[in-house]
Formats: sequence, C-alpha cells, structure tokens
Amino acid sequence: MSNYRMHVMVCAGTGCEAAESKIIIENFKEELKLKGYDQEIQVVKTGCFGFCGQGPIVKIQPDNVFYVKVTPADVKEIIEEHIIKGRRVERLLFEDPKEKVKLEKHDNMDFYKKQYRIALRNCGFINPEDIEEYIAFEGYEALGKVLTEMQPEDVIEIVKASGLRGRGGGGFPAGVKWGFTKNSPGDEKYVICNADEGDPGAFMDRSILEGDPHSILEAMAIAGYATGANSGIVYIRAEYPLAIKRLEIAIDQAREMGLLGENIFESGFDFDIILKLGAGAFVCGEETALIHSMEGCRGEPTKKPPFPAESGYRGKPTTVNNVETLANVCPIILKGSEWFSSIGTETSKGTKVFALAGKVNNVGLVEVPMGTTLREIIFEIGGGICDGKKFKAVQTGGPSGGVITEKDLDTPIDYESIKEIGSMMGSGGMIVMDEDNDMVEIAKFYLDFTQDESCGKCTPCRIGTKRMYEILERLTNLEGDMEDLEKLVDLGNMIKDTALCGLGQTAPNPVLSTMRYFPEEYEAYAKREKTKSYRIDPEKCIGCTLCAKACPVNCITGKVKEAHVIDESACIACGACFTVCKFDAVIKP
Amino acid sequence: MAIVKATINGMEVEVQSGTTILEAAKKIGVRIPTLCHLNLEGTGIVNRVASCRVCVVEVEGRPALAPSCAEKITNGMVINTNSTRAITGRRMAVELLLSNHPQDCLTCAKNLDCELQSLAQELGIREIKWQGEKMDYPIDKSSFSLIKDPNKCIMCRRCETVCNEVQTVGVLSGINRGFNAFVGPAFNLDVANTACTYCGQCVAVCPTGALTEVNDVGRVWRVLNNPDKHVVVQVAPAIRVAIGEMFGMESGSVTTGQLAASLRKLGFDGIFDTDFAADLTIMEEASELVHRIKHGGRLPMLTSCCPAWVKFFEHQFPDLLDIPSSCKSPQIMMGSIVKTYYAEKKGLDPKDIVVVSVMPCLAKKAEATRPELTKDYNNDVDLVLSTREYGAMLKEAGVQFDQLPEEDFDHMLGESTGASVIFGTTGGVIEAAVRTAYEWITGEELDDVEFHALRGLEGIRSATIKVGDMDLNIGIAHGLGNARKLLEDIRDGKSQYHAIEIMACPGGCIGGGGQPYHKGDMEVIKKRQEAIYKEDRSKVRRKSHENTEIIKLYEEFLGEPYGHKAHELLHTYYIPRETI
Repeated sequence: MSNYRMHVMVCAGTGCEAAESKIIIENFKEELKLKGYDQEIQVVKTGCFGFCGQGPIVKIQPDNVFYVKVTPADVKEIIEEHIIKGRRVERLLFEDPKEKVKLEKHDNMDFYKKQYRIALRNCGFINPEDIEEYIAFEGYEALGKVLTEMQPEDVIEIVKASGLRGRGGGGFPAGVKWGFTKNSPGDEKYVICNADEGDPGAFMDRSILEGDPHSILEAMAIAGYATGANSGIVYIRAEYPLAIKRLEIAIDQAREMGLLGENIFESGFDFDIILKLGAGAFVCGEETALIHSMEGCRGEPTKKPPFPAESGYRGKPTTVNNVETLANVCPIILKGSEWFSSIGTETSKGTKVFALAGKVNNVGLVEVPMGTTLREIIFEIGGGICDGKKFKAVQTGGPSGGVITEKDLDTPIDYESIKEIGSMMGSGGMIVMDEDNDMVEIAKFYLDFTQDESCGKCTPCRIGTKRMYEILERLTNLEGDMEDLEKLVDLGNMIKDTALCGLGQTAPNPVLSTMRYFPEEYEAYAKREKTKSYRIDPEKCIGCTLCAKACPVNCITGKVKEAHVIDESACIACGACFTVCKFDAVIKP
Repeated sequence: MAIVKATINGMEVEVQSGTTILEAAKKIGVRIPTLCHLNLEGTGIVNRVASCRVCVVEVEGRPALAPSCAEKITNGMVINTNSTRAITGRRMAVELLLSNHPQDCLTCAKNLDCELQSLAQELGIREIKWQGEKMDYPIDKSSFSLIKDPNKCIMCRRCETVCNEVQTVGVLSGINRGFNAFVGPAFNLDVANTACTYCGQCVAVCPTGALTEVNDVGRVWRVLNNPDKHVVVQVAPAIRVAIGEMFGMESGSVTTGQLAASLRKLGFDGIFDTDFAADLTIMEEASELVHRIKHGGRLPMLTSCCPAWVKFFEHQFPDLLDIPSSCKSPQIMMGSIVKTYYAEKKGLDPKDIVVVSVMPCLAKKAEATRPELTKDYNNDVDLVLSTREYGAMLKEAGVQFDQLPEEDFDHMLGESTGASVIFGTTGGVIEAAVRTAYEWITGEELDDVEFHALRGLEGIRSATIKVGDMDLNIGIAHGLGNARKLLEDIRDGKSQYHAIEIMACPGGCIGGGGQPYHKGDMEVIKKRQEAIYKEDRSKVRRKSHENTEIIKLYEEFLGEPYGHKAHELLHTYYIPRETI
C-alpha cells in the first residue's frame, strides 16, 4: 500500500453494488490508467461503510474526504477536480440535514461521531478480498497469540471475563457457551457461525461478512481451539451471494497462507472451515433448526435441552455463534477483557451494531457502545425523523421484538433494559416510525412475516399466528369488533407460553406491544371509526387538482379552486393523492 | 442411574433421571392428556417431537409452559399439570387444531376412533373460538390401500416417525411450512407414485382421519347381494385374536369360532381359513428351503408372506430379488386354490367366484391387485377387507359378535394346524417352517414343536436350531428398518443365516395396519401375541404337513410339493422398482 500516494476507497457492499459501485470502480481504474496515474493511485474495493442511505460511497485517502451518492458519471470529475487539482467536488459531499452545511470528513458527521466500531472495525477500510490488507490491520495476530501463548482454558476465561454476549438476539454469554462445548465429551466437535440473518431490514452480519470476512474465520479458529473443535462451518443464506463469494475467497487465501488447515502456526492445531448454504428460511436462524438444516433435514427446531453444546451437528458438541459475536473475539484477545468490559453497561459489555432504517434521515449500519440511548441513536446518529415529522415509535428486535415509544427513548439500551420496556435486542434491526405510520398495519406486517416463516411444527405457531393474522386482517378490513381485541391478547399470550421455539414464542410480540402502547389505534379499527379510503379535508383543500390527476381510479372529483371529494366506495387506498398533496389536505384512512 | 425427586401437583415423586414429566406423572396416577406423543414400548416406535403442545404443564420458575412428553424431570422441579395456566394452554392448542379441521366427525372414517375427537371431549370443548381459513388440499386416493387426507393432518408426525425411523421407507415427511404444512410424500406426490410399501403403519398410528384405509365394504356387500356370484371368504390368522376388541371383548380373546359363525351370518358361500393356506405355504416354502440347502441354492432364503416386505425389497434391494422365497403369500395361494381346485370340485366357473379376504393388513389390498398374481385375467383374490372394515360390516348387519356360538370353517379349505395360526406373529412363519423342515430333513418325528428361541418381540432375533447334523441358522426381523439391517448384511456378504423371516409390522400381522387401533398401547399387541400361541397349543395338529385337507389337496390336485403344478399356481416372481 505504501507505494501509492493516494487511495480511492469505493464501497462494494451489497447496497452500493446494487447502485453501480462496481462500474464506479471500473471507471476509476480505467480513467486513472488513461491519465497515467494508475501507479500512484490505488483503487480499493472495500466493504460497507455503514452509511448505506448515502451510497455509493467513495472515500479519498489520505485526504479523508467522503463522497456520497456517487454515480459512475461522477468519476471523471472526482479525478480531474480532486485527484489532479486538489479541489473538493462540493456537490458530492454530504450535507448535514440539520445545519445544511457540507461536510467532507466522515468523523464530523453526526452519523459517525457517536459510533464506536469494534465489530465493524475494518469495514470500509480494507479490501475484503485481500488477506494481506486484513493482516496489515492486526489480522490473524489474535489467532497467533492464542495458538502460541495460550491454553484453551485461558481463551475461554478471557472471553468470559470480557462479558461478551451472543449478538444474535439471545444474549447468552459467549465464553460460557464455549466452556459448555469444551466440557462436553465428544470425539469430534464443531464451530458453527450462524450467518442466517433474516430479520426484515437487518444486514449487519452481511456487511461484516462482505467487508471483513477474515475476522470471522479467525474468530472461528479461535473458538475451535478453545472448545476442542477442528471443523468450522459457516451456515449462510444463499441470498447473500457477495458475502458467500468473499468468504470463499477468504477461506482460500487463509488456507494458502496456512492460517487455516493443518498445524496452524506450527502449533499442532488443525482447523478448517466450509460453507453451508441455507435456503433462507427465517427459522433456520434458530440454532437447532439451523443444525437440522445442515444435516439435510427439514429446518425445524427441536426442544432444548439437549443444547448444541452437548449434542449438536451430527450429535456432536457444537458451538453456534452469530457473526457479530465472532467479530468481537479478535479485539478481545488482542486488547484484553478489561478493555472490552470497560465499554457498555453493567450487564451488557462492548458495542452493538444496529441496522437503522425507516423514517430516519441517516439510514445505515450503526455501531454504538451498549448503554447508548435510543434518542442518541435516532436523533443524533440517525439525524432525526425525515421531513420534520414527529417520532412515533421504533421497532427493535425485528419480528420478535416490540415497539418502543417516546417515553422510553432515554433508556440506556442493553439486553435487560430493552426487555423491561417491552421489546428485545434481537439481532439489531431498528425500524423508526413516524406519525404517519399505522401501528396496526405495522403489527400486521410483522405477523405476516412470522406466520409465513413459521416452520409449521408446533400448533400454536402454525395455527395460532395464522389466526392472529386473520384477526388483524378482519380489523383492518373494518370487519372486526372489540371482542377480537380480547382474542388477540389471549391468543398472543398463549402462543408465547406454549410455542416450541423462540420464533413462535416471540411472534406475538409486535402485536402485543403495539396493543399496549397504541390501544386507541386498535380500538379505532374495532369500533370501525376508521375508514378504508382516503378523505379530503375541505378546510385545507384549495382545489389545485393535483390529487385528482394522480388518482389511478379517477375517484376524486371537484372543480378547480374548490374543495375536492373522494368517492370512498371507489377508493383503493393507494395513497397517490396523499403523496402529491402539498397542503396536507388528504387524510389517511 | 441417579434418582431425581420432584413435586407434581403437590405430590412428591422419585424417578430415575431421564424420566419425562409425563412418565413420572403416570407413575403417581396423574393423567396428562397427549396427542402427538406415542411410545410403543419395546418396538422402538417413539414419537416425542413435542409438536402438538397438548401435554404442556407448568414448571415453576420457567417463563413458558413445558411439554411433559419430552421434558425430563430434574431434581427439585415443581410441576403443576392442572393449573389454570396449563389447562388454558392445552385447551387452546386443541381449539386451534379444531379450528383448522374439517369437523366432519359424523361421517369420518375415524369417528369414535379419533384421538383428537376424544381429546376435545375430554377437555370439554363445546365451542371453537378461532374461526378462519382451513387447509384445502386434494385427498390422495391414488392407492388401493390407503387414503391420505391432508386436511385432517395435525402435524403430529407419528406417521413420519414410523415411515422414516421405524420402517426406513422414507416416503413421508413434513412439506410446506407455516399454516400450509402437512405430512406427505416429497413434492406431495401421490402415494401410488412413491416407494410406499402400504404397510399401513402410518394409518395404525394416525390419531385422526388423515390416514385411513381404502374402504371396500360397499363392494363386498354388493357381491354378497349378487345371486350370480359364488362368494367365498378367507380370514387371516391374526384376525381371530384382535377383532373381539371391536366388540368390547378383552384384548387377546381368541374368537376363531365366533369368526366362522359371523362370516356365515353375512351369507358367504364358502367360509375358509387363510390358516389352511398358511399350511400350504409351509409345504411349499419348507420344500424350497430344503431344496436350496440340498442343491446349493441361494441362501439365506427369505420368507415372502408379507406383501409390504415384498414391495420394500423390490424398491430398496432390487439387486437381491433372488433371495426371497418364490412362494406366493397365503392369501394369494388361497385365491389360486379356490379358483382352480375348489371351482373344479364344486363344478363352478372361476369367473363366477369372488374371493374375499379379511386381513389385518392394508398391503394385502394392494397385493391382490398385482397383475402377476392373477390367473387367466381373473384376480386370485378379488376383494380385501381389513379387520376394522370387517368389524364395521358386522356392526352394520347387527351381528352381536361377542355373543355368537362357536362354529367351524367349511371343509375342503378350512382345516388348519397350530403351525399356521402362528403365522400371525413375528417368528411364527419360520417356526412353522422349522417344524416341517425338521421332520423332512431328519426323517424323525419332532416331539417338542415349540421353538421358544424364535419367539418374542425384539426387533431382530436369531437362533440356531439343530436339525440332524446340521445347524440351521435362523434370523427374524419385524419392522422394515430391522429388515433393512439384515438385508444390508446379506448384500455385504456378512449374513450367516440359512433362513430369515421378515414381517413389516411391529409384532407381525397382529400389529398390522388393518387391525383395530391399539392407540399406542403396547399391551394390546402383547396380548394378541399370547393369544396366538394359546390357539397354537389348543390345536390337535401343530405341523403343517399333518393337515389332512392339505394332504388331500396334494394327492387329488397338486401332486408333489414344489412340483410343476405347485409352481404354476403357488409361486411367483418379483419386479425391481425405483426408489423415490
């Protein structure tokens, strides 16, 4: 790297690639060559920078200038202006949504200011397809240290002392889990990396795998050494082709350098990793279902105990760790457990990555110390709610979690506190909702997801979630009644109490929590106070006719400069009128 | 093993560690309702998937209810099986199942035999709170043996466990997911297009009407009412020790006499005993075994009475088709003899004869339709009823089975020996064969005909019988998974056996897929087995070759056992089939 005077770092995460970052990289390479700078300036394909809402992102080093929403056509200008002439391309700089000023360094952006990156430490900094870049950033040092200086017990002790807990949602102490596997008798043991990320809107695991695959491989080898396993398997959904490709490249490179395979660092320790592709069933993120799927069986959970640590893959002791959990392991080994446990809260140490999405200005991946408040995440890092609207709620824990409202925004977030306020940490999905969001529809959306993703094994989940969904449909179709609300609560509580696995036991959460915080919205449906169609407030309507022109079913009538009217029987509730109205005159159903 | 202590409903209980809450509760007289759970002790048939959530109980300190069928007792556990919370959870599970059930109980084949129905009654469910969409899949009527109605499937997975783990046939598994999930063959193929053996064990364990037999009762009534048809009937050995259960008689009641009387009440023109054909099978099979041993033929020889077993090896071991005996099954042999020898003696045109079988088995229905098992384009056996269907016919006709006087079967094809009756249970066919083969090989009379080494209910058994100078090594397996193990040994050249008996069903035909439902009670099967041996002991003649009507049949019609005519009428061949 030192031969180059300048680096053009282009994000090649899935989001930016979908927005043509591949072409941007090609254009940079071609253009630099054409101009004769290809020996001085290196184009680096990086992992995710996290600020996905602003992608594709191009960062110029060492100037530390952060260009956003770059298109392939912008490449020429960046080269000619920035690289050759040393002038910033103003129009491609990020504009602070509050101050309305252009910012060139990412460190000055609210989105990055409060972040503390451990799991995402290399994402956006190194080329994930080049092992040497990983090694340059302390890569495989932790494994070297473990294999040459430490006993397996010591490794487990450090991880225990660090307080690292499972980032997949359960929050089980990782070191304890490793200890269980180590102490389970077995001639063969396995380390499984659970990369079956499936919460709607969550993509932290994918970004880590795409941006820093070696950090996971290295951590798996460390887990293998600690627990007595010589085989590692990454169970990854086939819908993550880029992560799969980068993992494959990483595994090949690590094998070639002897960092995977036999006798690693001449320690006598053998460890190798293979990939198993999943078909993307949400329930396969549950560890027993994941293991059954890997064994070629139907992806269905089974009762625990026995836990995988006793009887897992092929009936052998198995450690199943989530991607983000593993991503924390190497820094803990290198910097020590005290360093790690100094970050976070009493019960939850370190950081947590959240996929911040929804009605928030700065959409992307956010890594913050445990104990950060939701207000900081949404209003400082996230830059507040879009279009100046009012915050209504935030859903954490994906389809297994619940909504958190204004009154709890100042709660420092950790595994325990978030449960107390009626939601859960989950894997880190965070969907922000504004005043326009209909909470019954939100609950219905999540339940539709879980009932569709239910494996169908146990009665409460198979039939119960379907019946709950049907009640919600009845309500939103204005065919329900108050008794339906009681039924929803009864059924929801019963499913929580009797379902077989975590998916079923948590499936009613979005409904129960929205019912708890927004009972009036449910009642409005049950009492049929809502209408199915959009309406126009005659006081606000000035008769601009925009809505009538936008309506695809021509159900809006009215003379120019007179209040318009929607024919409620013909309205299909598409929302086109709502979107185009500039006077807030259209009322949502 | 360590002893663990717990409290169930305020009562102390001490059990071996590893005991489930359900088992511990049973021990102290606490009943916990179950639905998906099944444990046929001693057979290896255990379904403990904990999927129905009917057996949930409250364990103090746990955030959620626990499935008592799968949750093991640990020291100090405090369990409540009948708290409001547990009962509510249980009720709601059943209500939810009912909300996705056709509820056509009055006309369902499982009416009054349905475990879901009993459970609804037991829990006092009078209203189904949850209304909504119900599953709506086509009913699979593709086979001659069983009907699969996915709309009645409650995903208990018992059939799947039996098909995969016990029988290793692997046809059934969960398909689709969420609300659309049910158990069926891969890609929801019709059963007829799979490697299904029609053993019927899925039907035997299905708690609802999702798996039932093809009902042939109507067809039998029609032929009985047709004056142009001469309708004869045969009943298999295992029927006589089971059918009484349908009429309030104790399990294990021997009802041979009532059975013959009941058949006469229904108006059959000839009342015959498949036991007779079993004796005939022994004549042929023992001859074939002696022939193979004496002439260096392919050993071991495997029995071929069980049609599910036959279909199993055709699908799974098509390379070993020369191993099984070429003998037709007793049911088909009876059909062949009726349509030739009996027809000739009675001066009847075989086309006017209808042979009806009453079998403990659903595979027998499919067997009767196999094209190679016909003579002159006329099925050797025309109609097959299961024990259950025959019992239902009797009820329909108002025959009070338990109160009938004992009668005999008709002569000519009605006599039987103790050797033939034991065909009804695992180990019986080979024991009967040994009784005859012993005398034929040694030329000596066999005094003690009971070979206890061949009896029992273990899945795989073996014994060495001294026959003159020769050690005859015998293997026995019941359950197709066990059979597979013996077959794999043969394929690998590791088998030391001369003869192997295989029956597809646990316990043999007494546990057949067409028998009265045992509802998970292994005692029922054990009592049927005891009754079979009791019937054997009560017989004057206990060796097949001493059956006087059999001797007469060979003298008058067949000639030599294993001879030309016997080959033509009583032997068959096998067809390699694909595995799906």
